[in-house]
Amino acid sequence: MIDKQTLEGYWRETRKNMIIILVIWFVAAYVTAFFGAELNKITIGGFPLAYYFGAQGALIIFVILNFYNSRYQNNLDKKYGVAEEE
Amino acid sequence: MTMDSWTKQLTKMYGIYTIGFFSVVIILGILEALGLEAKYIGYTYLFGTIALYATIGILSRTQVLSEYYVAGRRVPAVFNGMATAADWMSAASFISMAGALYIQGYEGLAFIMGWTGGYVLLAVLIAPFIRKFGQYTIPDFLDARYGGKLPRFIGVISAVIVSTAYLVAQVTGVGIITSRFLGLEYNVGVFVGLAGILVCSFLGGMRAVTWTQVAQYIILITAYLIPAISMSYKQTGVPIPQLMYGQALNSIEKRKAELIDDPKEVEVREIYTQRAESLKQKLAGLPDSWSAGKAELEQKLNSLPADDPERATVEKALKSYPTSPEDAKEKWTAQMKAALAASKPPKSYVQTPTDAKGLANFLILTFILMVGTAGLPHVLMRFYTTPTVKEARSSAAWALLFIFLLYFTAPSYAAFARNEILTNIVGLAYTNLPAWATKWAGVGLININDINGDGIIQFAEISIQADAVVLATPEIAGLPYVFAGLIAAGGLAAALSTADGLLITISNAISHDLYYKMINPNVSPSMRVKIGKALLLIVALIAAYIATFKLAIIVELVGWAFSLAAATFFPEIVFGIWDKRMNKAGAVAGMIIGLVVTLFYLIGSRFYGLDWFGIKTISSGIFGLIANVVVALVVSRLTPPPDEKLQDFIDHLRYPKGAVKAGAEE
Repeated sequence: MIDKQTLEGYWRETRKNMIIILVIWFVAAYVTAFFGAELNKITIGGFPLAYYFGAQGALIIFVILNFYNSRYQNNLDKKYGVAEEE
Repeated sequence: MTMDSWTKQLTKMYGIYTIGFFSVVIILGILEALGLEAKYIGYTYLFGTIALYATIGILSRTQVLSEYYVAGRRVPAVFNGMATAADWMSAASFISMAGALYIQGYEGLAFIMGWTGGYVLLAVLIAPFIRKFGQYTIPDFLDARYGGKLPRFIGVISAVIVSTAYLVAQVTGVGIITSRFLGLEYNVGVFVGLAGILVCSFLGGMRAVTWTQVAQYIILITAYLIPAISMSYKQTGVPIPQLMYGQALNSIEKRKAELIDDPKEVEVREIYTQRAESLKQKLAGLPDSWSAGKAELEQKLNSLPADDPERATVEKALKSYPTSPEDAKEKWTAQMKAALAASKPPKSYVQTPTDAKGLANFLILTFILMVGTAGLPHVLMRFYTTPTVKEARSSAAWALLFIFLLYFTAPSYAAFARNEILTNIVGLAYTNLPAWATKWAGVGLININDINGDGIIQFAEISIQADAVVLATPEIAGLPYVFAGLIAAGGLAAALSTADGLLITISNAISHDLYYKMINPNVSPSMRVKIGKALLLIVALIAAYIATFKLAIIVELVGWAFSLAAATFFPEIVFGIWDKRMNKAGAVAGMIIGLVVTLFYLIGSRFYGLDWFGIKTISSGIFGLIANVVVALVVSRLTPPPDEKLQDFIDHLRYPKGAVKAGAEE
């Protein structure tokens, strides 16, 4: 059994990480679409920017977020000594 | 065996398998060049891949409970990622999605973002905790967390509703692919596909399904990437479609600007406007207009002499005439909408919706698809199968990467195809149609009709079915049949892998959650596996039987599954982990209200003209989701908090230490 205090600290940091990730997730998907008319005035490599985000940019950010989350939480497990026994 | 050497062994096995698969494709290519008929290449793909899945199924056969339900929790992160990707990407993702993008432009991207962004929610909010929980099904979680049979029962009902429509769509997809590519009868194709599905899941449950899905992923991603790469090379000279279709987007927008005021295009659009107008009048005149139209045709038939060649045309028109005023309303409305759409000048392919309602629908659809993805039971189940909590996290990341490879390629298919049609087809004489267009027009996937009778193809005269884009790309790019056939093998792999996952989810919900947990807890483990297998067979046969009717509504129902999953499962699973105050009363009330509200709006808006804030049927889940969350929060706060035992249980879910180990349950 893990003591209450350790768990509270662990969960506080886990929650903070969750919120940060979901804010980035939200911006990548929804804020870019919401301001699509303005963003589309910028073109990169032929791609209007809002279209690029919807078709590719947001997806790349999602993938990075998931790998980042995995790494961050694994380190957090070690920091609080709640990792699985090998 | 340690996990490391197990992973190494798997890598080696699938490495050899991949090389073998490429070799078969190359050998078939050489044989084709030497004169092998396309038909035989198609058969080799169909029966070759099904034989392969059968072999994996037989090798992975099992009677052991934990192997049958969760593949012994021995699936390393990368492989579970591939299996999840194959489980996830259905016939629709593979065959139809690029076509939907072709038709809808920017608005179609709701599916691209929605079906990938859901994996962020899954990875952060759910996956590792589900693995820590370490049981077998999603209703298991609802029962353990909220205590009692009722949450489990609601979970079972939702899982079965959500998964069944989805399963029938996959089986239908198998029938369509086999009939289109191999000339098999549609119904025969359905049952050949059924054999391909059952041979894995029936023999080896989750274990066989997992290892087959990995093999299926490798086939489907290869099949999807090759035509896109060739097409990019053909149009831009650089074989990296994902980077190069920016050029195609540019050229699409330029052509669109030219076509807006083109007099010939305007002429065709005006003809469509008139058609829409006359259909509108007929609709307003129902039911009289229906009987008048019918009487007119009958009279015409009677007035013609028996040997008049025109008789056949009139007879055909009578045969396809709506059978009742209700049928007429449905059919004429669809025709009217199609004519109306064709009468509008082409809109921008890349602009975000310009009106507030359009933008709101886009954002809400994207959101519902994301939340629905993270709430689909057949996807959630895959996270029980990793060896550790740590691997569940990393597996969610790998799954998204593997899904990403297909989804970020799909828009390039759409852009290259649209560019090809705008620059190389529009303006051609009808007598000069390229072979691929004639071929796919022949089976009705592409419709090109000389509406204004000038002998020249106008853009407004072309309409395509969503499936046409992916299916026709290999031929547009000038690839030999060996790659066009590969598309069929890929589509089949996508449909079969998803069907396998769904089938297991449904049969487990009935055998494990309903029978074992609620009706007869004394049944032995081996008997549980047997009952699971029997149900698998029954559910599969029912799904195939429904699929033989080829109901048009099936494709729509798949969209409904996301709304239902978003409004029933997702909030209670997330609350279960993240909100200690959430209790049984809140969860039950939330799930029921979510299900009821969503079904109400789905059915109301689809069939009875219900309209709340202009939200489309496919996004119905937003109302259920909001109702669910609000009701669950309010009810839980008005009733006593979960007892101490449950509080400890929630604490236990939140950290990895002490999770069930791989293979520990035998």
